[in-house]
Amino acid sequence: MTLEATPLFTIENLHAGIEGKEILRGLDLVIDRGEIHALMGPNGSGKSTLAYVIAGHPNYEVYEGRILYKGENILEMTPDERAKLGLFLAFQYPTAIPGVTMANFLRLAVNSVRKARYGEDKALSPREFRRLMREKLAMLRMDESFATRYLNEGFSGGEKKRAEILQMALLEPEFAILDETDSGLDIDALRTVADGVNALFNPNMAMLIITHYQRVLSYIKPHFVHVMLDGKIVASGGPELAEELEVKGYDWLKAEFAEAAS
Amino acid sequence: MATEAELELQRLGTEYKYGFRDPEQYVFKSRKGLDREVVEQISWMKNEPDWMRQFRLKALEYFLKRPLPTWGADLSELDFDEIHYYVKPTERQGRSWEEVPEYIKQTFERLGIPEAERKFLAGVGAQYESEVVYHSLREDLERQGVIFVDMDTAVREYPDLVKRYFGTIVPPNDNKFAALNSAVWSGGSFVYVPEGVRVEIPLQAYFRINAENMGQFERTLIIVEPGGYVHYVEGCTAPIYSTASLHSAVVEIIVKEGARCRYTTIQNWSKNVYNLVTKRAAAYRDATMEWVDGNLGSKVTMKYPAVWLMEPGARGEVLSVAFASDGQHQDAGGKMVHVAPYTSSQIISKSISKGTGRASYRGLVKVHRGAHHVRSNVVCDALLLDEQSRTDTYPYMEIEEEQVSIGHEATVSKVAEEQLFYLQSRGLSEAEAMSMIVNGFIEPITKELPLEYAVELNRLIQLEMEGSVG
Ligand SMILES: Nc1ncnc2c1ncn2[C@@H]1O[C@H](COP(=O)(O)OP(=O)(O)OP(=O)(O)O)[C@@H](O)[C@H]1O
Ligand SMILES: [Mg+2]
Repeated sequence: MTLEATPLFTIENLHAGIEGKEILRGLDLVIDRGEIHALMGPNGSGKSTLAYVIAGHPNYEVYEGRILYKGENILEMTPDERAKLGLFLAFQYPTAIPGVTMANFLRLAVNSVRKARYGEDKALSPREFRRLMREKLAMLRMDESFATRYLNEGFSGGEKKRAEILQMALLEPEFAILDETDSGLDIDALRTVADGVNALFNPNMAMLIITHYQRVLSYIKPHFVHVMLDGKIVASGGPELAEELEVKGYDWLKAEFAEAAS
Repeated sequence: MATEAELELQRLGTEYKYGFRDPEQYVFKSRKGLDREVVEQISWMKNEPDWMRQFRLKALEYFLKRPLPTWGADLSELDFDEIHYYVKPTERQGRSWEEVPEYIKQTFERLGIPEAERKFLAGVGAQYESEVVYHSLREDLERQGVIFVDMDTAVREYPDLVKRYFGTIVPPNDNKFAALNSAVWSGGSFVYVPEGVRVEIPLQAYFRINAENMGQFERTLIIVEPGGYVHYVEGCTAPIYSTASLHSAVVEIIVKEGARCRYTTIQNWSKNVYNLVTKRAAAYRDATMEWVDGNLGSKVTMKYPAVWLMEPGARGEVLSVAFASDGQHQDAGGKMVHVAPYTSSQIISKSISKGTGRASYRGLVKVHRGAHHVRSNVVCDALLLDEQSRTDTYPYMEIEEEQVSIGHEATVSKVAEEQLFYLQSRGLSEAEAMSMIVNGFIEPITKELPLEYAVELNRLIQLEMEGSVG
């Protein structure tokens, strides 16, 4: 394999879980630059678990398999080391940090990531940072007062989701996972956030969009759609697969899968 | 709000950076231990009036008679016979830094005092061991009649004022350590703000212990006349020795009608210092007294800043942050004594414990009979950084009146793994994430501080954190 042929992101035979309980049970996935993948699947099938394992949540254990990012196994890395390589996870349930303003937090985060990725001298000055923050707030139609609000504290469900995308916009990841960012957004907000995500996307990066709804995929067009059942990817296809699921639900896949397993 | 704080946070070392020490080159150092002779000697060297000598000797009797407190922190290792009670570093006090002995000047430069003075202070006092070696006050304030001198100078130059108020708020027999201070006090500040004068930028005193087995006993008296305002800030550090030093200050404050005083402490003693301090203020009609108390260093701290609310409309506030890491016991809190009706008070305490560190909140709200329509609110929040660390709360209430509104809330929380993970997933190291969470926890207090001190406090917490996470 030549270097150019190495995909951006590869999961090989991943078995992982929590407190001895296996949740991901042999998962394979390849995502390359310029691609948007959607991941769908019933509640509890393991989608968020996958996102956490990729981001490096310390409570999850990996029993088997590898996750390669730019050809490098990231499983031994701490979450911040992964972030510094350009990984980003928009959380399904973002955590509140009382007393820490968005601006203070994000400046530290953006600068540690920038220094790691682009070089020590690439940190932003307070003024440059403020300008960038204002620009991204405007892009997501968020009020400037969010800069001085405490991180996720008292944010409405939709505001939290928007704030996650704001962070993504500032951190400029190469590989971003959006875990149900569309859930909880009203119709206009969904449109704004989708426009924002589309504006951020570029051929050099890749995205994995976890969602329950076809609607968001009509705004953010995926190249591939995967279905997860019981910790495994059981079906993959193009955008038409999402439409099919919207109509038929998951039962037919469950039945097929159960049959194949027996 | 500390917007520039994180910038500062990025340039950090990991040690107690104030732990350096100077060789001892003193003019005079009393022998170890305490008796009548040592007290007489201190008074003689200071060439004091007789009333002060008598005051000291009486206080010594109280000190010798009183037992050690049996509550609070463990003081059993404190050996009063092993301490030098008076150390005089230099013959005279400087009014410019050039007049201060070179090695002492360098110490204060390393602590950043002259720089802070140039940038944002109205006046500075610098105490080294037992004596204040440098003092300054901006000329315009001097012209308005503001007095900011060391306490020894005040005894000589303002005898009437000193005699009238000294020892009236904290009497010598108040407690064992107040008695000790009254017997051997040296240095500290005297601040007088005339009627209607507002000192808009802070006055700062800095206390430095350098010698081993040293006792520092400064004495501070602040008088704010009606309608006046002053913000007084103190900082403190010491080198690291294997044997203990003792810091036992007394602070007395009188805030008259409609006046306001704010007293801010950033205590960062090295972890071999016993810090046993009595701080008390009397607030009169419509006056406001605020204690902002940050305790990070020391082996043991016992400190409960108090406000006596003497007349209707008086308001008292204590904002306290205590950080106890390995081997430290911070026993801190506040006291509000409502003597008059229509008075109000608030105590907000935030404590953080790490490793074997122990942070306790100890507080008292007392409402005297007849003090109706009193409002008081106490909030104490504790944050535990790991499984080992511990915290305790001792909220005492003595309410002798019915028509009062008293609130009390206490919370204990642990740093949540989800919070750490969330911040780390954005590129913050574990230590950075931890200190960000802690700084967020104390934010209700740091936002009350001038920016420079908020930055300093956040930075000190970051330093504590870097030592802790692997
Ligand atoms: N900390 C935990 N302890 C025990 N079980 C857990 C834990 N975290 C997740 N699980 C279990 O793992 C399974 C997968 O959960 P996960 O959150 O990954 O599902 P999901 O596909 O994201 O679901 P949803 O669509 O509802 O978000 C569920 O059965 C869940 O209960
Ligand atoms: Mg989920």
